[in-house]
Amino acid sequence: MSGLLDVRDLNVTYTSGAGDVPAVRGVDLSLEPGDTLGVAGESGSGKSTVALALLRLLPAGTRVTGRILLEGEDVLTMKWGRLRAVRWVGASVVFQGAMHSLNPVRRIGDQIAEPLLVHGTVPAKRVEERVAELLEQVGLPASRAQDHPHRLSGGQRQRVMIAMALACEPRLIIADEATTALDVMIQAQILALLERLVEENGIGMLMISHDLSVLSATCKRVAVMYAGRIVEEGPAHQVVHDPAHPYASALSAAFPKIGDPASRLAPRGLPGDPPDPADPPSGCAFRPRCAMVETVCATVDPPLWPVRPDAVGHSERRAACVHVGSGRDGIEGASTPGETSTEETSR
Amino acid sequence: MSAETDPQTSTVGTDTDETPILRAEAVEVAFSSGVGPGGGRGTARAVDGVDLDVAAGEIVALVGESGCGKTTLARTLLGLERPTGGRVLFEGAPLSHRSRDLRDYRRRVQLVQQDPMGSLNPRRTVYESVVEGLRIHEGTTVDEYERVARALSRAGLRPPERFLSRYPHELSGGQRQRVVIAGALILDPEVLVADEPVASLDASVRGEILRLMLELRENLGLSALVATHDLGLAWNIADRVAVMYLGRVVEVGTVEEVLSAPEHPYTRALLSVLPDSGVEEGPVVLGGEPPDPKRVPTGCRFHPRCPVLASGEAARAGVADMCTSVDPEVLAGGPGHRTACHWAARVGGPESPRTVEGPMSS
Amino acid sequence: MSAPTGSVPGPRPEPPTGPEPTAGRSPRSLARRRRREALLRFAREYARNRAGMFGLVSLLVIGALALTAPLFIDQTHLTVTGAPGDPFQPPGGDHPLGTDNFGRSVLDLIIWGARVSLTVGLLATFVSVSLGTLAGITAGHFGSSGGTGGRVVASIIMRVTDWFLVLPTLVLAVALAAVLPRGTGTIILAIGLTVWPATARLVRAQTLAVEARPYVERARALGGGHAHVMGWHVLPNVMPVVLAQTTLLVATSIIAESTLAFLGMGDPTTISWGALLQAARTSGAISAGIWWYIVPPGLAIAVVALSFTLCGRAVEAVINPRLRRRS
Repeated sequence: MSGLLDVRDLNVTYTSGAGDVPAVRGVDLSLEPGDTLGVAGESGSGKSTVALALLRLLPAGTRVTGRILLEGEDVLTMKWGRLRAVRWVGASVVFQGAMHSLNPVRRIGDQIAEPLLVHGTVPAKRVEERVAELLEQVGLPASRAQDHPHRLSGGQRQRVMIAMALACEPRLIIADEATTALDVMIQAQILALLERLVEENGIGMLMISHDLSVLSATCKRVAVMYAGRIVEEGPAHQVVHDPAHPYASALSAAFPKIGDPASRLAPRGLPGDPPDPADPPSGCAFRPRCAMVETVCATVDPPLWPVRPDAVGHSERRAACVHVGSGRDGIEGASTPGETSTEETSR
Repeated sequence: MSAETDPQTSTVGTDTDETPILRAEAVEVAFSSGVGPGGGRGTARAVDGVDLDVAAGEIVALVGESGCGKTTLARTLLGLERPTGGRVLFEGAPLSHRSRDLRDYRRRVQLVQQDPMGSLNPRRTVYESVVEGLRIHEGTTVDEYERVARALSRAGLRPPERFLSRYPHELSGGQRQRVVIAGALILDPEVLVADEPVASLDASVRGEILRLMLELRENLGLSALVATHDLGLAWNIADRVAVMYLGRVVEVGTVEEVLSAPEHPYTRALLSVLPDSGVEEGPVVLGGEPPDPKRVPTGCRFHPRCPVLASGEAARAGVADMCTSVDPEVLAGGPGHRTACHWAARVGGPESPRTVEGPMSS
Repeated sequence: MSAPTGSVPGPRPEPPTGPEPTAGRSPRSLARRRRREALLRFAREYARNRAGMFGLVSLLVIGALALTAPLFIDQTHLTVTGAPGDPFQPPGGDHPLGTDNFGRSVLDLIIWGARVSLTVGLLATFVSVSLGTLAGITAGHFGSSGGTGGRVVASIIMRVTDWFLVLPTLVLAVALAAVLPRGTGTIILAIGLTVWPATARLVRAQTLAVEARPYVERARALGGGHAHVMGWHVLPNVMPVVLAQTTLLVATSIIAESTLAFLGMGDPTTISWGALLQAARTSGAISAGIWWYIVPPGLAIAVVALSFTLCGRAVEAVINPRLRRRS
């Protein structure tokens, strides 16, 4: 399968003195150019680990298995020199706290120019021009290039970070909670900016956020992660407004729709806490917090099943729950659920 | 159990005759000097004349973007900040800033902060963190253990024995915030002032903490003022909402009034940018950055960013001059839907009968 | 580590005979158990630091020798008149480190001198650390949350600290030792009064960091006063820094004591390592090449100072990575 990004069976295990901690367990993702894919999840769900793994930014000693194809090239087996080039030119990341990672004693323009000069994507004498162009692109006046970071507000700094990420014209942008710390109005500005950039430049965007409502507004498809696995995946609107997995529906209900009488004076959440990744429960990892739990859940860790498939078993959506569509049949029909699905099975 | 609250109970606190338990009266807080992101020097008018009432058993949400002064107002209501103008009244009596009076006041009005990790001392166990307020006010008491256990179970940490000897880093984010709430509950307060109580919590835990606050109101009659940037939170738990912009409340009313039929262009813009807002005319993304409290614009403080003024609608209504030259009146803090906007006052909301603001002495 | 102010063990009102007689005690004893566990964890991590263990073991040996010295050293042998050997005997059977100009055993003198040097080092450190911690916490606390009056007090304290900081320590100590009556107490005071500013600066910085934490704001919103914030929140968070500083300061103090004694500022009747060096110099041992009189006291100073420094560094190393340790 081609496409911009194709992740197959990604497993990431942090190794520490206390033992191995699996953070990502068998994640599959794919993204076409000009598309936006959202990854939703709470802290500890492994969503940021996925982002880091895509560019091999994980700490040394972390075990990563599976395949990460970026434009057909496997990031995991890439040589260092190639990886360095890929990190700006092929894909770049905008992190949550990114606006704090600007060097306070250097001018904005110089910092944006840095990746350009390092990678030599633009002839030296055109660099200034390109910096001005990038600043315009993210909605800042070109004169801002002369300013130091402290002269800018948080939202402006985040724009600068996006300009830096765009500097080498990457084909993929990974936005890891890129708007989380920002005010709603600034967040709306940044989201509109990102959307426009994806549309105009035909780049792919992987947007990682805990906020399902933000993802539903910006992304075409959304994958919901829980305890290192994708538990539901499908078109954004459907996943958010008609979730199939109980965790996805709890997450969706946690962001109330204003004007919806059902959520008025009735905040909804999930009892309990996310599982300890070092000591996950048997069977379905969501079992201890699930309202629909059954005995079978303790033994079966369901793979992603198609949700409400059509006659030939096709569906745009998949969810990892025994209550979903063909899930129950799958379990009852086959002795081991692992054999019923082909490549989605988690190990 | 308390998830369903019928509409009657939600309007309990909005009885006009009752003295509000907590009241801000023309409160102003100004900070001098300091260098902001714009590099300007001078006096920052963080809170610039705010009236706000919290009735007994009422939850009021104070909504605004960062830098609008909501945190400063919350701190002022707690007596952590001294107002440079106006006053804070508790049960109708002005708050004295003498240290002994403040001490008594702080038994009855409690704070819940944004970051539960930061608001617990990493070197203190849960027991010690919860008992702290009790030790401050009563010293070591005979029934200390029972009271700590009761506060913890009220905050939803059951059974309490499991948590007593833990340290904050051994708890999840939601559990930490429950410990903070238990620490506030141990003194049997009447009002909680919460500053972004769930902003740093995971989405699934957020609902649980908000539900706890509703339960506390139901079971203990606790009032609350919740400062937040999250309009969804207001919809989830608040009875009334006050929208703050640049140190001033620009719109106040019940949650249904303000969030379902917003009048102020700023409130409308805030609601329209929410994902899934369903506003027909699409999101109104305000340009620019939140303005600098050191340089409050003349006239209506929102006018430089106001979409209604920019689109010429205000001029058609004949208020454009007023927008740039006349500062709208400070809104009264009690019940009723009020908007500090010349245009909204002229045009009038299509459905809601307005409380007409006469000249007010503050 | 130090017991927090709130839970000083001792008689306190227990619940008379409630339904759960042990209830009042259990959280406290649980907390105490947790502290013990934390202490054990600290010890285990310390034990992994080899340099720190070397320092600790050598200190324990030296300390044990110093404490038990009266049991195996005849004190009359340390007087000029009761000297057991001949002057300047080279190291040999009777006297493993030879004898001094009066015929006293250098080994005995060194062991006995450890008593004074260690006492002075520890007590001077105690004085300076207490003074520095008090000044640092007060200045840090009132500087950040004490209102106008508090800020004035804080800046006065810090100006005084700065003043002591820029005064040459040795000169000040010499001057103090010269005006005060001679004796070990004077030396302790002179050292204690001159080395505290560094501690004060360090503690103040840590205090300011703690004061900026939200839990201090929460404590104030709970109604806690200055004493509560300083005792309940700041002190426990400052203690690790103070502990590390203490071990490092002991080395400084011992060297300062030796220097003062060497310069003749000490009490001539007490035997300390610095005094031994001074005696060696005045008796002409240096020009005569009597190395066994000069080298051992010097080495003793170096070993003890090094051991304390190693311990201090090890304690620091265990305490600081607390930030990266996650659970």
